[in-house]
Amino acid sequence: MLKIDNLHARVDDKDILKGLDLEVAPGEVHAIMGPNGSGKSTLGHVLAGRPGYQHTAGSATLLGQDLLSLETEERAHLGLFLAFQYPVEIPGVSNMEFLKAAVDATREARGEEPIDSVSFMKRARAICKEVDLDQAFLKRGVNEGFSGGEKKRNELMQMMLLEPKLCILDETDSGLDIDALQRVAEGINSMRDGQRSFVLITHYQRLLNYIEPDHVHVLAGGRIIRSGDKSLAHELEAKGYSWLEEVA
Amino acid sequence: MSKFMQQPLAAAANSAPAWLADTLSRGQAAWSERRLPTRKTEAWKYNDLRALQHSFSPPATGAPPSLEGIDLPQLDGSLLVFTDGVYCAQSSVLALPAGAELVRFADANPEEASAIVARLGTAVNHGRHLFAPLNDATLADGVFLRVAADTVLEQPVHVVWLTSGRADALGVTQRLLVEMGAHSQATVVETYANTETGGVAFTNGITELLLAEGAHLQHNRLHLEHGRAVHIGGVHALLGANANLNSFHLALGSDLKRIDIVVQHEGPGAHSDVNGIYLPRNEEQVDYHTCIEHAVPHCTSNETFRGIIADQAKAIFNGRIHIHPDAQKTHAQLSNKNLLTSNEAEVNTKPELEIYADDVQCAHGATVAQMDATALHYLRARGVSRAEAEVMLSYGFVNELVDAVPCEAVRDYLKPLLAKRFAHNPKLARHLT
Repeated sequence: MLKIDNLHARVDDKDILKGLDLEVAPGEVHAIMGPNGSGKSTLGHVLAGRPGYQHTAGSATLLGQDLLSLETEERAHLGLFLAFQYPVEIPGVSNMEFLKAAVDATREARGEEPIDSVSFMKRARAICKEVDLDQAFLKRGVNEGFSGGEKKRNELMQMMLLEPKLCILDETDSGLDIDALQRVAEGINSMRDGQRSFVLITHYQRLLNYIEPDHVHVLAGGRIIRSGDKSLAHELEAKGYSWLEEVA
Repeated sequence: MSKFMQQPLAAAANSAPAWLADTLSRGQAAWSERRLPTRKTEAWKYNDLRALQHSFSPPATGAPPSLEGIDLPQLDGSLLVFTDGVYCAQSSVLALPAGAELVRFADANPEEASAIVARLGTAVNHGRHLFAPLNDATLADGVFLRVAADTVLEQPVHVVWLTSGRADALGVTQRLLVEMGAHSQATVVETYANTETGGVAFTNGITELLLAEGAHLQHNRLHLEHGRAVHIGGVHALLGANANLNSFHLALGSDLKRIDIVVQHEGPGAHSDVNGIYLPRNEEQVDYHTCIEHAVPHCTSNETFRGIIADQAKAIFNGRIHIHPDAQKTHAQLSNKNLLTSNEAEVNTKPELEIYADDVQCAHGATVAQMDATALHYLRARGVSRAEAEVMLSYGFVNELVDAVPCEAVRDYLKPLLAKRFAHNPKLARHLT
């Protein structure tokens, strides 16, 4: 599914990723943990093609295609979805218009028939309910005045509508209370179908209580310094990151 | 004085109704002493007035240009159409309930004429508004809307001011006088448009809004003129106690539009909302000069203008709030946000606060920015193309102000108009409603 080889990237002339390797097979859930400033979010941004995040060496492919040479929207069409840590507020553009635009563009790029407005509305309302967002949020501006938890659930709603092949969730658990966390985890779990892959970027082990990862990686200093199974997450929770950084 | 309106001045003197003679001669006397502004005139320093080097002709009467092909708001209620300043009966619809009168100056009976003369110009500070005397001096016809006390007009009154832009340069004068009786309610829509891009047309349109105690007026002034059109005009409103004015403005660009908006809160408890959108592109110029006067205590005003300036276009926004010494407990808010979509686009924005009372709340802000790169990336990360994302963000930038327009029919008209404005390809606007 996703293959990252010796990835180097810089932001504002500062090297952040320094030779990152990662391979995610179809249907797998990977958790990437690590201290602040280790490059976790940078990884997500580089893969999504955010302006200012410059790839300097190495490669990343999604389904065998060179991801880094594609425009941001082409990466989305290919099946990449990044749930933003800080979803952007866009007043004046309704959430419904935004969702329809995203779904139409994606279907069009994949050569699928456009979905009619009535079916789309029905589906959007059903997903709204599934992620426990009031229907009123569909009519509001994109993320406008949403609480932290509501923004995260709106990300989840987009993910469910777009049905991506690879979902990267950048600290989707941060700022959520325990009920919201469970709800978001249920949503993510409901999308696991044996084919779709997930990369969960997180500081804390608690999300992994609800979504069981196949692999856990520790990212520090721009590289993955340790990989293991879910027990690694528990070890990190108990010992912190410093012991690993010293070892590395 | 500049001779650019010499011919329309002479023509008006011959065709205006006799009872307007004093207004005309006062206007002509004042105008003859005016000098055209230069780059050193503070209130005009950003305006390019080269278009006024033309010698303008008065509009000829004859077959009026067709309305076909002009996308105008479709509103129920009364419709008055003027082409090149001349009333166009076959395009107009008069349907007013009891308690309201809609009279053309040229048609006014003696009682109406004396009512017009008594009120005309009372909201306009002629000393402050350079081109106001020119409007008086060339006034051959105009519209007087009078809504009696306690009368509610359910349907909007729509006045369409059309210029045809024929081969010779036309100088056209427009005037609307609205008198709202105590506790009356109405919606007025003014649409300015031109039929073709051919010749230069200079229009001078003044709107006066007189709101008695407790009156509610929703006023829309939509400037759709394009091409070589030059418009120098304004809206002047007087608000009595507890009167409520909601005023919405739109200006698409053309060679030059300079619109002055003055709202005077003269009775306690008066409230105004003044919102506007300007969208010049190519080498167009739009200038809104607004002045909110708070003369008495306990009044409130909210003003929001947003502009998107493209290509080599230029926008000017000057927002003055003047709080007089007696105007305690005033709440006044002003916001102006600008989006520049090209490196060559220009905006000059200046909030101007003059506060002489100590117990007031007054906030203002102005911003100039480019397209939000973070928002653009967010949309693209969801698969939306850059081109469509730019259209959605441009539309979103002004859409909030359209949503705030109380009249649904006006909103329904504006939304597709704006969506089309931003999208070179209609497909890019498919998700905007």
